[in-house]
Amino acid sequence: MSIKGKAFIAGVFEHPGRELPDKSLAQIHAELAKGALEDAGLTKDDVDAYFCAGDVPGLGAISIADYMGLQLSYTDTTETGGSSYICHIGHAAAAIAAGKCKVALVTLAGKPRSEKMKVGTGSRAMGGTDAPEIGFEAPFWPSTANMYGMAAMRHMHEYGTTSEQLAWIKVAASQHAQYNEHALLRNVVTVEDVVNSPMISDPLHRLDCCVITDGGGAMVIVSPEIAKDLKRHSVKVLGHGESPKHVGGGRVDLTYTGAVWSGPRAFEEAGVKHADIDYASIYDSFTITVLETLEDLGFCEKGQGGKFVSDGNLISGVGKLPFNTDGGGLCNNHPANRGGITKVIEAVRQLRGEAHPKVQVPNCEIALAHGTGGSIGTRMGSATVILGRE
Amino acid sequence: MSEMKYQSPVVNPETKPFWDATAEGKFLLKKCNDCGEFHYYPRALCPFCFSDKTEWVESKGTGTVYTHSTMRRAPVPFCLAYVTLDEGPTMMTHIVDCDLEQVAIGKPVKLVLKETDGDAKLPCFTLA
Repeated sequence: MSIKGKAFIAGVFEHPGRELPDKSLAQIHAELAKGALEDAGLTKDDVDAYFCAGDVPGLGAISIADYMGLQLSYTDTTETGGSSYICHIGHAAAAIAAGKCKVALVTLAGKPRSEKMKVGTGSRAMGGTDAPEIGFEAPFWPSTANMYGMAAMRHMHEYGTTSEQLAWIKVAASQHAQYNEHALLRNVVTVEDVVNSPMISDPLHRLDCCVITDGGGAMVIVSPEIAKDLKRHSVKVLGHGESPKHVGGGRVDLTYTGAVWSGPRAFEEAGVKHADIDYASIYDSFTITVLETLEDLGFCEKGQGGKFVSDGNLISGVGKLPFNTDGGGLCNNHPANRGGITKVIEAVRQLRGEAHPKVQVPNCEIALAHGTGGSIGTRMGSATVILGRE
Repeated sequence: MSEMKYQSPVVNPETKPFWDATAEGKFLLKKCNDCGEFHYYPRALCPFCFSDKTEWVESKGTGTVYTHSTMRRAPVPFCLAYVTLDEGPTMMTHIVDCDLEQVAIGKPVKLVLKETDGDAKLPCFTLA
């Protein structure tokens, strides 16, 4: 059994705010849900399934379902960090295909910017004091930036990847972000700007790192029967794959991500090839995240990511693989320190032909969205979804 | 350069022998008596073959740098690293007590147990 064609993304909404100190977390989730349901042309009474991850306040899906007044037959609180929401699409499609629900709502929200979280440089041991690895990692201050820095350092060592090549990823994101009125950073930057920005944690510079923002996103995933009666254009779920990757009992290899497993599963289910992908949203917590992911998804040979991203190859209208045309996490938005859902939202805009005209991919028929959660330096969740315009 | 002040690790019943040993100047690894593999961080059940016949073995405390990243945005810059031990496993650690600009992938390192604010000491490494 496959989920191909069994579910459609009928509505999406991205919060326009990037700093929201005067709102509660539950309130942002609800505002996002309202926005996505209005986009789909549905109401909250149509929702029979709710999907959320670790950013949700209260007890799993239950507290927020209570807050929003949802009457549900299905919930899923899969938590794989920033990849959660791409897992949710696959899980929702499977649940819809199995007849467990018809209208699934997914939300992500957070306020790290207004809470002044030192997301990148503060210690980020995850999972609480019962996490089995905590005694062997937390005392060493693994922040986000230095863990991704270790991955970049090893990739450079094994494959000769350079800081200038990594910088091209930020350059492409900034080229796109200049057209996004909601993006936190709209200034166009050059390779020189990136490599001359302050070193955060070797070899990653400040402009190799994503932004820290409040806000979030929501999406509504529906059955084919619901989708055909809606006025808005729904996007078909073609394939999905997910996989965690970890440090393997001490068999550490930081040069690849879980995309080596999630990607092939998604491509196989969708029945498409890399050349068919018109647009890709690639999780971009750091430039190195994009580079390794593109290799692991098979857009280029392992180790050739540096060459692949250079010379504007990711810039819409310039290169072969337009990516993150909203400006991505590097420039636009990284709500709740986990932007997975925004990757799907921009892919849906592209497939609907509703991206900014300056970055819209002509005749965009098939798009890929990929999420990375946790840490590329230790243990992560990877999830890939392939979506079709029809 | 001022010294990094280390907090004592979270200890649980499964990992207490490891941390108790550090207080006595020993760095222990877990080895599986069924499949013969060392693993890290130490577990009661072998993560490779799921045998519960794992035993504590003292490490030689030598290895090489697998990768490293010096955090520049900290009150005292510090070098987070993975070190591949001569016994096999690769572990998260700090490179300490040396010029951090000289740290490089592949360089040999040796164990340094660093004091914390508790009884346990942290297994760190310095350039050999």
